[in-house]
Parts: sequence; structure tokens; C-alpha cells
Amino acid sequence: MTESRPARKQIHLAAHFPGVNSTTVWSDPRSGSQIDFSSFEHLARTAERGLFDFFFLAEGLRLREYGGRIHDLDVVGRPESITVLNALAAVTDRLGLAATVSATFNEPYELARRLASLDHLSGGRAAWNVVTSSDAFTGANFRRGGFLDRADRYTRAAEAVATARELWDSWPAGGERRRFAHAGPHFRIEGEVTVERPPQGHPVVIQAGDSDEGREFAASAADVVFSRHSTPEAGRAFHADVKRRLARYGRRPEDLKIMPGVTYVLGDTEAEARERAALISRQQISPQNALLAAEQVWGRDLSGYDPDGPLPDVDPDPESTLVQGRVRIADPFAVAARWRALSEAKGLSIRETVIEATARHSFVGTPESVAAALEEHVATDAADGFILIPHLTPGGLDDFVDRVVPLLQERGVFRTEYAGTTLRSHLGLPAPVWKGGTP
Amino acid sequence: MTGVRPLHLAAELAPAPPDGGSRTVAGTVALARLAEDAGLDFLTHDDSFARPGLDALAVLARIAPETRSVGLVPTVTTTHTEPFHVQAAVATLDWVSRGRAGWRIAVSPGAAEARLFGRRPAPPTAALWQEAGETAEVSRRLWDSWEDDAEIRDVATGRFVDRRKLHHVDFEGAAFSVKGPSIVPRPPQGNPVVVVDATRPAARETAARHADVALIRASSPEEAAGLRAELHRAARAHGRDPGLLRVLLTLSADLDAHPGGPAALAGLAADWHGGGAVDGLHFVPAVPGRDLPRFAAEVAGALRARGLFRTAYEGTTLRDRLGLPRPASQYAPKGADA
Repeated sequence: MTESRPARKQIHLAAHFPGVNSTTVWSDPRSGSQIDFSSFEHLARTAERGLFDFFFLAEGLRLREYGGRIHDLDVVGRPESITVLNALAAVTDRLGLAATVSATFNEPYELARRLASLDHLSGGRAAWNVVTSSDAFTGANFRRGGFLDRADRYTRAAEAVATARELWDSWPAGGERRRFAHAGPHFRIEGEVTVERPPQGHPVVIQAGDSDEGREFAASAADVVFSRHSTPEAGRAFHADVKRRLARYGRRPEDLKIMPGVTYVLGDTEAEARERAALISRQQISPQNALLAAEQVWGRDLSGYDPDGPLPDVDPDPESTLVQGRVRIADPFAVAARWRALSEAKGLSIRETVIEATARHSFVGTPESVAAALEEHVATDAADGFILIPHLTPGGLDDFVDRVVPLLQERGVFRTEYAGTTLRSHLGLPAPVWKGGTP
Repeated sequence: MTGVRPLHLAAELAPAPPDGGSRTVAGTVALARLAEDAGLDFLTHDDSFARPGLDALAVLARIAPETRSVGLVPTVTTTHTEPFHVQAAVATLDWVSRGRAGWRIAVSPGAAEARLFGRRPAPPTAALWQEAGETAEVSRRLWDSWEDDAEIRDVATGRFVDRRKLHHVDFEGAAFSVKGPSIVPRPPQGNPVVVVDATRPAARETAARHADVALIRASSPEEAAGLRAELHRAARAHGRDPGLLRVLLTLSADLDAHPGGPAALAGLAADWHGGGAVDGLHFVPAVPGRDLPRFAAEVAGALRARGLFRTAYEGTTLRDRLGLPRPASQYAPKGADA
């Protein structure tokens, strides 16, 4: 008999395509196309080589604007997620394929059909990251236009997910029943479902908002939470809060996986990793991006300021409409005061202050120390896994898969082969309960 | 018109799906490869929200990496969809297929389809095609909303894109408005190929105005030539060059039952094309798994043997196949090399 020891909690890993994020570095000579299919194929194949649970695509339905003009400093331009994922299904075998799709500007029947199609075409690997859209700015691209109040956005999203599940249940595999009827506050629809029940029963549902409504929605309806709490303390508090909410919905803690979006920097030594992290921060926050970050806090045109000079000596404009398409900073005075204190205490320029105040790499170190830290996070319930956000396209995941994944496997906290073929099986999620009546 | 243009051949991949499941994915890929080996210009994949089967654009995106040359033309309806989403999905199909995407525009006239969405009753057919035309128009604007060289990656100024080369489209239609620009950079073909089935008179105006390829049905070469001339006249009335509108005869056939079989079909294609009635044939097999292989091997083969059909693909995009130029962005400075 082998020595028995407690089974170690297994880590879930996913890969975020580096796109329209402030973390994405496009100026590096190794940075490739953000739109050519070869970039998506490279990152997805790397993630599958690393036995990741899924590949994740974000969405943005209008190009961001600053001061009434299209923003030109960030990576911009991306494909429509579900279509790229269908193509990636052809060049991968096991990797889950997660599409971010707004529940505000899509209708449940079409969405359920498109996600069911992806699930069929990938052999059970589809996921839907449910997001809501916040503003009339984005609404200007859509028939329904306008926007929904915050509360309505989540009730619509929750009803969209519930309706999609009713639709997925309406045509059982090998069965006959196709008719459905749904009547709720947001959708009153009926008819005949035309796609057979997806291989996973229901594609995996991911939720990504952090508000109280978002957490409740996650507890009631999501399979995975894409959270933003990457420090151990914040992660444990979030984990405990969301898992506690599950019981209200008759769900077990293991029915929902919490996966923060994290970045990482590796080096042969700790010092080298820290040097690299500092260099990457400077790539991420160019002089122009530093001014832009300050403009977002101040709500003022700061183009006359020197990014290598001191912070603005004026107060923020709380009524500013400079920034559109991005969440407003809640209390710009507090942020400005914090930045000013930081700048004065350390003698930092605008750019240095922005780097110091905003540039965060979640895990910095040698492959050994990063593997240990990831395990520690999961072992102490700060997370169930991670959605890695590389800073380079498309090779940004290569070193993690080559150097960290083998160490996680040696530690016995990460799979050495895929056990199943569906995303649900990778995530250890239960089969969805049949709610469509007798098949 | 001068001389006889090259003959174009296309085929429908899924005219009558037996079910709504995925059991035909491998078979669909095999059929697509077979069509590609035979040199076909493009494959269509029909769709509607009331039609059993998978989403057509999804199926063709799944096939894209497994093929290299054949054009991929899903049907996407414009009645209950969001124009902004549709154009982004078609542009993305063009990206993942490296310039082989088309889009067969269709409408959803039925009350049953309207109830699947619950947003509005289906408008009358004429209004549906008016809206489809608006969707085609706004899609072209959105595909053009990024000029080809909008991405500049200028490290010195920190700018990833040149915002002067990104454009709001500010489209105001009868049924919807769109601000723009697209979220998707300009696709490889500039504008994916727009296909309209112009069989029904209600669709003809939209076809003449917006289509790169019009599909027609006709029982004689005279009828086909008449329809083709009508479409050309209407295109010219819209300020278009009719020489850039391909007209293909859609022909549904069971090759086992068809009088004369593949040889007769090849003869018909040769005669009608040679006589200037049509630019080619869009074949709709009665049973794809049975008829499409025969069409590819015997009909395309016979036309090739007579020197009427290509022996190898030239160029890489669907526009190359069809002899259609890659359009410049309507927002790009005209005649300037800037």
C-alpha cells in the first residue's frame, strides 16, 4: 500500500487572450497580430498543451473614446468571440472555449442557439461569460439602443441565462420535444427549438461582475466566476462570501469555481523576475498612457503636462465627461490625494506615480516560487484556479506552460492529462439537472 | 459585355438537415474538402431560426481551418438579428478563413420566427427586404470603418491606431441606427462577398443594389438571361458597374434521378454559360452526402475536361475566385497615396 496523504486541492487554469487590456504590451518586438487567426491558434494550442481548462475571449461592443475622440493608445480591434471559438474548435481537441457575450444586447433564442452550436461543433467545450453592458454609449450600436438601469441589467441577464437553459432543455438528445414557452419580465417568447440539446447539457456559464448583484447572480446561476481579487486576503474574503451565498440556491461550494484573472512574470532568479516586472510595467504604462491614466482620475485634458514631471496641481473635475466606454472612478478626489501623497513621499513623476499606483503583476518570481504561490492560494481558498492574462500576443503563455505547469504537476496539484472531453468534466462540474420534463 | 467570363461553380452544403445535432460535423468537413479538391468557388450553408440544424456561420467557421481555398457563404438573416453583431461575425469569418467569407442575406418573414424573439411582429416582406438592404449598407460601412492601415503601432507617440483612419458610420435607417466604428478591423477581403437569392421579386432590388453574387432560378436560358439583364440594369441604375455582379443559376437536383445525370448537368452549365445567360451554377444537392461528391467529381470534372472550368485555384480569396476586385474603404482618401 502506498502512503496515504490527503488529496491536494487541484488547480484550475484558463488562458485569457491578451487584447483590449491595459496589461497588453503591443510595443514589444515579440508582440504579434491581435487579429490574425494564427495568434488565436497559437495561444489556444499553447493552453491545450498546458492542459488548461479553457481559453477565454473578452468582448467590447464599442471602441472607447476620450474627449469625444476614439482612443488611440490601447490595443484595439478584436474578432467576434463565438465565431473565432468555432474556428478554434477545429484546431484543438479538449480545450474549453469561453465566449464573452453581452446579455444586454443579445436575445436569448439566438444566443442559446449560437452557444448550443458551439457546444456541438466542439464536442462539449463551450462556455458563455455573461456580461451586461452599462451605458447608452454602447447602446448606440444596437437596435434596442439606450441602456438599462443597473438592477435591470442583472435581472435581464439572470432571465437570459434561465431562458437559455429552458431552451437547451427543450430538445433532448435523441428526443422529440422541441416546443417551449417562456414568459417573464424581459422576455416573452415561444416556439420550437431547432438545435438538439448541447453535449454538455448546458454550456458552462461564467460570470464576471463584482457588485453585490453580480455576486448574487453568480451564486444563483454561474459555474465559474472570473473574479478580480488576486491577493490572498481579498481572494479569501471574496471566496468565502460567494461560496456562502450558494446554499441559498441549494448548491454546494464545489459547484462554483472562483478563478481570478491574474498576471505573472517569471525569471531565473527572484531579482531577475522583479527586474522584468519593472520593465513590463514601463512597457504597459508609456508616457502617453501615464498621462491618460491621470486624465481619467482628474477628468481633465492634461496634454500640456510632462509625464516625467510632477502631478497636476489642480483638483479633479467631478462633472467630467472626458471618459466614455470605461467605468468612471468612483471618488476621483480620494484617488488624486492618494497619488499626490505617493508622489510627494517618494519624489515620483506622473509616470512613476501611475506605475507605482496601478501596475500590478499578480505573481512575480522563479517558476518554483510562482508554482508554490499558486498552490498556496488554492490550498487556502483564496481561489479555485486562475485565468492567466499574458501581456504578450500570442507567445505570452509559452513560458508558463513550459516552466510552471510541470512544477504544478510534480506537486500533484494539476492534471497530467485530460480526464474527460468536455469543459464540465475539466472543471469537475455536475451535469445540469434536467428541467425540461420527461425527454 | 466583352467575351465570355470564367465559369463559376458553387454548391449548397446543407439543404435539408436531418436533425439539429452535431453528428454530421466530420461528414460536413469531408464534403467541404471534396468540393475544394474539385475547385468549386464557394459553398453555401442555408439557415433560418425555424430550420432544424446548427447555426450556419458557426458551421462554416468550424470548417474554415480545415480548408484552404474554397469560399464559405453562410446564410444569416437580418430580421431579428442585430446588424452590428452580424457584420462583426461575418468579418470574423473572413479573418478566420483568411479572406474566404461570404454572406447570403436572408429575411425571416414568418410569425413563428418573430415569436422566438418576442420583440416585434415580422414586418411585411417588402419592409423586410428594405431592412435587409439597410443591414447590407451598414455592414459595408462598418467593414470600411477601419481603413486598411488604421493599425500603426507607433512606439514614439504611443499610438496603437491612427484614429483619423477609424470612422463613425452614423447610420440612420428606418428600423435601426448604428454609431460605429466596428470592433473588428477591416477584414482581409475588405468587404466579404455579399450573396442574395434574387429568385423572389421582393429580393431583387436589394440584390441589384448590394449583392456581389445574385442567385436566380430559371427554367430556360432565355428566362435566365432576362433576369440577369434585369439585375444588371438595376445595378447600373444604382451607380454600380454591372460587370461586378455575378449571376449564378441555382439548380436543385437529385443526380441519380436527373435526366442524363451529371453529363447533362455539365452540358446545361456549359450551354447557359456559353450563351451568356448566367455566370455559373449554384448546385443544391437533394442529398449532400450522395449528390455533392458526384457534382464535384463528374460535373466539375466534365467542365474542366472541356476547358471551361479552372484546373487550379488562382489567388487566395473568394473575391479572387469570383474575379471581383478588393474594394477600397469608402472612408479612405480618394486617389491619394498619403
